[in-house]
Amino acid sequence: MAGKDSVLARKRMAIPFLAWAFIFIVVPIALVVYYSLCIEVDGVMVFSLANYARAFEPIYLKVLWRSVRLALASTAACIIVGYPVAYIMASKEYAQKNLLLFLFLVPMWMNFLLRTYSWLTILENNGLINTFLAFIGLPKMSLLYNSQAVILGMVYNFLPFMILPIHTSLSKMDKSLIEAAEDLGADSRQVFLRLVLPLSMPGVISGITMVFLPAVTTFIISDLLGGAQFMLIGNLIEQQFLKVSNWNFGAAVSVILMILIIASVGIFSIVDKDSDEGALF
Amino acid sequence: MLQRVTFTSHKINFGICTERILKLILGTQEQQTQLRNSFARNACERKDAFSLAITQKGGACRIALRESVCLRGKMKKISSRFCVLIVSCLLLLATGCSAGGAKENLELNVYNWGEYIDLSILDTFSEETGITVNYDTYANNEDMYAKLKSGGSSYDIAIPSDYMIERMIREDMLLPLNLENIPNFKNIDQRFKSLDYDPGSAYSIPYMWGTLGILYNTAMVTDPVDSWNILWDEKYSGQIFMYDSLRDSIGVALKKNGYSLNTKNLDELEIAKQDLIKQMPLVRAYVGDTVRDSMIGNEGAMALVYSGDASYCIGENPDLAYTVPKEGSNIWFDAAVIPKGATNIQAAEKFLDFLCRPDICLKNVEYIEYSTVNSETFKMVSEEMRNDPAFWPTDEIYDRCEVFVDLAELSNAYVEAWTEILATD
Repeated sequence: MAGKDSVLARKRMAIPFLAWAFIFIVVPIALVVYYSLCIEVDGVMVFSLANYARAFEPIYLKVLWRSVRLALASTAACIIVGYPVAYIMASKEYAQKNLLLFLFLVPMWMNFLLRTYSWLTILENNGLINTFLAFIGLPKMSLLYNSQAVILGMVYNFLPFMILPIHTSLSKMDKSLIEAAEDLGADSRQVFLRLVLPLSMPGVISGITMVFLPAVTTFIISDLLGGAQFMLIGNLIEQQFLKVSNWNFGAAVSVILMILIIASVGIFSIVDKDSDEGALF
Repeated sequence: MLQRVTFTSHKINFGICTERILKLILGTQEQQTQLRNSFARNACERKDAFSLAITQKGGACRIALRESVCLRGKMKKISSRFCVLIVSCLLLLATGCSAGGAKENLELNVYNWGEYIDLSILDTFSEETGITVNYDTYANNEDMYAKLKSGGSSYDIAIPSDYMIERMIREDMLLPLNLENIPNFKNIDQRFKSLDYDPGSAYSIPYMWGTLGILYNTAMVTDPVDSWNILWDEKYSGQIFMYDSLRDSIGVALKKNGYSLNTKNLDELEIAKQDLIKQMPLVRAYVGDTVRDSMIGNEGAMALVYSGDASYCIGENPDLAYTVPKEGSNIWFDAAVIPKGATNIQAAEKFLDFLCRPDICLKNVEYIEYSTVNSETFKMVSEEMRNDPAFWPTDEIYDRCEVFVDLAELSNAYVEAWTEILATD
């Protein structure tokens, strides 16, 4: 009986959260879905799938594909840059590790928008890099307002989200496994590929999710660093809601984006499960 | 931080400001007096010093500076110069940045664009009428519309642009004005009364007007800039900034071809779209407020900007010049309205009348440097300002300019054209 009571008590404790989740998560999503399934005819909402049909027109698919492409590119770049950093951090002495972590976290205390703005100053034609290039006698480069600048902005802003989970999974790994592998004659390459990498996969997967999601939905980075020439799905939604007040079409695009995100999280978690099993056997 | 860092959209100029604040705090008595006098006397000077407004904090500091100037008479007893700044800062924080003390319970809630009024006139209004002004700002028409539409707040005054006023009238969001209570309305230039967006001036009192044009760097552009065609000149490839706004950018392409920028002819829209796609490789970026920093920093040769932004940029970088092309352009108006749900209509009417007073209007014009709608004020502005064709286009060009009208059922066609342009690789 006592056990049952405490379960009930625990359930009761969850009520505030459930209420919160209902009001701020379920209701808004239901509203978005509702709007996406309607069109406004003479001020009256009428059920229609026209918004979805429109969202699958070639120009919008192009925008969607571009978002996914840029997000995948920046996620890949984050893994390539972030994994070694996490690896080094996990293998460092305690004090140094904290310093490194600190250095990665400090910029995140600053406003995201300001940090992105400051890249403008760095990349401009008369910006820091080009001024330096000109100073040492090299020709100036056009660094701003191209897709590379957008990817750079994404990598810069989202890199910590890749490093931290990888770092966590690496540092909680049992070091004696490595010693065991070495005792059994594995060279350092084999140790990494067959032991460290598979064991850190959960971290990599959650890193990918945490980078890919904000990257595929961003609109401010492509606006500022891409000079609005790289319309992403986030820009499209922003445009529909704020600039042209077509909430219905904007909602349909949002729903499609949500489905895309849920699907990608689903795929990642299946891969995650596989890797866990792989690690076990 | 004495090098010059400029952030657009928040008119910030650390260099000049820091220097002046330092002088104000640390300088000799003589330097301070000189500086304060120059603040008080010279409107242009004042604008520079007060341009420190990157965030609310920046805004508070800016107002603190002004307060410290205004308060200097009242606070003579306090010898420390720090106290003036700190006390006024605290005062501002405590009162939520609203200026003036409450004498009565009468309050007026004003909702305006950021950086779009000389804040000292709010004090003057409070002193004259005893009405406390609560002042809030927004970044664009759409934000303001969304806030008013949602009904969560009540404002007695808002200052939207032409097409937004048209829409708000259509959606029954505004209260009709009683012009008898606004006698100074007679000062408004006949040209600006009863415009298409508000026939009979039934709902709105014009506030400022301006044009859309080309801001160019005279050090980089040697050809005469008098036509929209120059934005399609391959010589300037990679040096052209367009405006990330579909009405403005498409409007330019329409005007270039001699069409109306409110065209309802889809063939004309198609030609404009093709023109913009053709132009795309030449364009460095489609930008918003950042265009001001870019042009001031010599990042581009030409940019599509509004006249008010242009005058700000020219003030910062004398190499820049502004022109309204001969094919005509967009001409816009911002006008003060009383939204439905206003609680203090009498005070709102008093405020509208106050805004139309020539001396008050002059203060505003000198501070924000937009073109005035007030014919009495026009006679009072400096000759230099009056003779500047960029801000007072000739009648000939003026006649070729058009006001945006709400596109209603055609807006989707425009949006799709714009999306297609931006989605082009």
